[in-house]
Amino acid sequence: MTRKVLLLGAAALAMAPMAAWADGHLSRGGSGHLNIIYWQAPSTLNPYLSGGTKEVESASLVLESLARFDDTGTMVPWLATEIPTVENGGISEDLTQITWTLQEGITWSDGTPLTAADAVFTWEYCTHPEGGCAQASYFDGVESIVAVDDLTIQVNFANPTPFPYTALVGSESPIIQAAQFADCLGARAPECTEANFGPIGTGPFVVEDFRPNDVIEFVANENFRNPDQPYFASVTFKGGGDATAAARSVLETGEFDYAWNLQIDPTILAQMEAQGNGTVVTAFGTSVERLHMNQFDPNPELGDIRSTAEAGPHPFLTNPVIGQAMSMAIDRALLVEIGYGAGGQPTCNVLPAPELYASTANDGCLVQDIAGANALLDEAGIVDTDGDGIREYEGTPLRVLYQTSTNAVRQDTQALVKQWWAEIGIDAELRNIDASVFFGGDPASPDTFQKFYADVEMYTNNFAGVDPQAYMANWACDEIPSPATQWQGSNIQRFCSEDYDALIEEMAATADLERRGEIARMQNDMLIQSYSIIPLVHRGGVSAHANSLGGIRMSDWDSELWNIAEWYRIPE
Amino acid sequence: MLTYTIRRLILAIPTLLFISFIIFIIVKLSPSDPTANLPLTIPPEVREQIRESLGVNDPIIVQYFKWLKLMVWDEPLHLIDNWFGTEIAPPNEPGSRIISYQTRSPVMDLIMQRMPQTLWVVGTSYIVGIIIALPLGIISAYKQYSIFDQLGTFISMLGFSVPTFFTGVLFIVIFAVNLQWLPSVYDTTHVVEDWDSFVVQFKQMIMPVMVLGLFNAAQISRYMRASMLDNLNQDYVRTARAKGLGEGTVVLVHVLRNSMIPVVTVIALNVPAVFGGAIITEQVFKVNGIGQLLIIAIQAGDVPVVQTVSFIFAVLIVLFNLLADILYGVLDPRIRYD
Repeated sequence: MTRKVLLLGAAALAMAPMAAWADGHLSRGGSGHLNIIYWQAPSTLNPYLSGGTKEVESASLVLESLARFDDTGTMVPWLATEIPTVENGGISEDLTQITWTLQEGITWSDGTPLTAADAVFTWEYCTHPEGGCAQASYFDGVESIVAVDDLTIQVNFANPTPFPYTALVGSESPIIQAAQFADCLGARAPECTEANFGPIGTGPFVVEDFRPNDVIEFVANENFRNPDQPYFASVTFKGGGDATAAARSVLETGEFDYAWNLQIDPTILAQMEAQGNGTVVTAFGTSVERLHMNQFDPNPELGDIRSTAEAGPHPFLTNPVIGQAMSMAIDRALLVEIGYGAGGQPTCNVLPAPELYASTANDGCLVQDIAGANALLDEAGIVDTDGDGIREYEGTPLRVLYQTSTNAVRQDTQALVKQWWAEIGIDAELRNIDASVFFGGDPASPDTFQKFYADVEMYTNNFAGVDPQAYMANWACDEIPSPATQWQGSNIQRFCSEDYDALIEEMAATADLERRGEIARMQNDMLIQSYSIIPLVHRGGVSAHANSLGGIRMSDWDSELWNIAEWYRIPE
Repeated sequence: MLTYTIRRLILAIPTLLFISFIIFIIVKLSPSDPTANLPLTIPPEVREQIRESLGVNDPIIVQYFKWLKLMVWDEPLHLIDNWFGTEIAPPNEPGSRIISYQTRSPVMDLIMQRMPQTLWVVGTSYIVGIIIALPLGIISAYKQYSIFDQLGTFISMLGFSVPTFFTGVLFIVIFAVNLQWLPSVYDTTHVVEDWDSFVVQFKQMIMPVMVLGLFNAAQISRYMRASMLDNLNQDYVRTARAKGLGEGTVVLVHVLRNSMIPVVTVIALNVPAVFGGAIITEQVFKVNGIGQLLIIAIQAGDVPVVQTVSFIFAVLIVLFNLLADILYGVLDPRIRYD
């Protein structure tokens, strides 16, 4: 037998299962029906009117964008033929223009062709001043979007934009059909209930029935560009209940095939998974649970000026030695074990991913070192002078008010951290605030995270997409919330450094990816080593799917359902 | 009686206006923000624009009168159009319907879509509750302090004091997870068209209906028992027995009719709660009823939905109070209002 024959035989063997699949479940609709449960129910299918994850992800079955991010955070062309770069001429040399080319022959689910005019319309729709578009930030800096011809879309930026993959990229800024939404601009947007509840898309599925805050029925799109996909013929997208019930319905009763966002007690989740009906999957993006250390004085006696520049610097949290000791005292691995399970990893960076941007300079914090923290404080002369068990710094006892939103995991974390801090002579008073108030941003409420009327606060933040430029610019001096800005602003811990601001400017003018990575890592290290921010846990999305469901490549960079066209039922 | 009814109805108008204003003020002044639940990646300027487009920043009194006008004038016209196919309502324009913040669709449509599920599940559980409660109450009273009475008291205390979020989850763990007899998630898209689909519908309704039914039965059976006991010791009962009437006639005709007066009031006064749905039970079994609508709206700071749903409850409560008063007159000829 020659080698050639052997190879042919091997190839035939390899192909055999594919052939069997082709006529079975791996054909359009061949896998039957799929049941998905999201314990928060979608309110609308127009992601531009909501901005919530549940709406964006449910709409991603129908609406698509020019490019999206796969499970590794890599950008993949979706409706476009390729990703434009400076090298292939898709991005102008002065970084103010990006030109996308649509794939030929893509049609909407109603059979009409997708054209560049739809992309232009999407931009007009979302940037209409009266529309209240939730994804308007994706079009920040965009001066115009022009249809050069039916398939060519030119996005013009007002300023050089080194990372121009924002508008019409990713699940949060998909292309909507101009014909369907033509009469829905601006203040008229809410009237188009029919369009908002049943957008026509280019995606693998078509909305058959939408019940707000309850359930959505999808069927396969007959006009989808890949004739074999989607493999599922129909999808039921149920919403409501709570995370535990959603996990139970996949892992224990088997009523559903896929459940999203299962942030529940890790031991309970592990017990459910042990029943053998399904598998827990995780994906890590950029979410980091962190402590912010107020750099301004939040003393209540200061009244309205507390936590602002007029209040002056914080009496002791501006000293990095104290912040460093507080960070060393924390056992991040234990926090993960108790509160997050598979959905968390200890981290020492506020920018933990993508890999290019992740610094390794701070990894020492991964190991708890209470003795070291005590020694550090002793060396710096920050000792307990009056014998009450609490250290003093320049006469001020190290007592902090530590606040966060109401959430079982966060309260567990608070209790543990309080204990560890007590061991190094720092006293923490704990406080939790209802999430809708804490994150509500009401300038009249004293309890918002922006006002930060406390010494330490804890929550999670992240950024959408893969480029950290805008995110790292959050810590610019002029982003500090204050009464003058109605307490708007993203520099929550009130960090301010000229060197840091200079890096922000450099980042905005740098296109070279390597250099951008370097700048981002420097920014991260500068923040971390100021100890104005103490990262705790790199949080991932946790979902579960039935063992009979195949093809899942969960991504935290895009909609979790980004490749649902490729999902299939594994034959028994 | 008619004059009385009309007078009560007219009096209800200022009451309801006052209630609507109080609801509005409470909901408005409580700290809530429709953009609070959005991801933190959405910047503050965009949030401000969203709030602006929702009209959250208008003065409170302007928002109230806008809402009131839509509630008492435009929305009823839309309802009439919807029912009778007429076209008397003003055409759809910005600001011609009460719009939910979350879904950006008319609130009334959401309520109409959810009403059937609530009436089916909560309504059935109410009827089941009454069917269990009346005989339970009657027998418990007639055989006071018997084993049956003690058992009935025990069960109703249990039903009354164990919260539905506990019994609901307990039922799910037993019947859905361990025995796998019944579904744990209510399928709201299910359509009953033949015997098999009816069986499916029946199976998915068993748990929510029984959880709520147990709770309702506990309450009503206590009233029934107490009322029966009051009457069983009356002179007219002794007279009836002395006349030689059978025990069946004495208990089921003489005593029962008189005992029903307070029980009917309790039953009538609780009917608005049926329309209100059962917030917790609906959430546990994922029934998309009014209760679930309300709780999601509260969590999302969706003020128009909260206001409208609460106001409809207020209207129903006022109306059923009136109905209970009128029923009094019907059941007891001695009571006359004119």
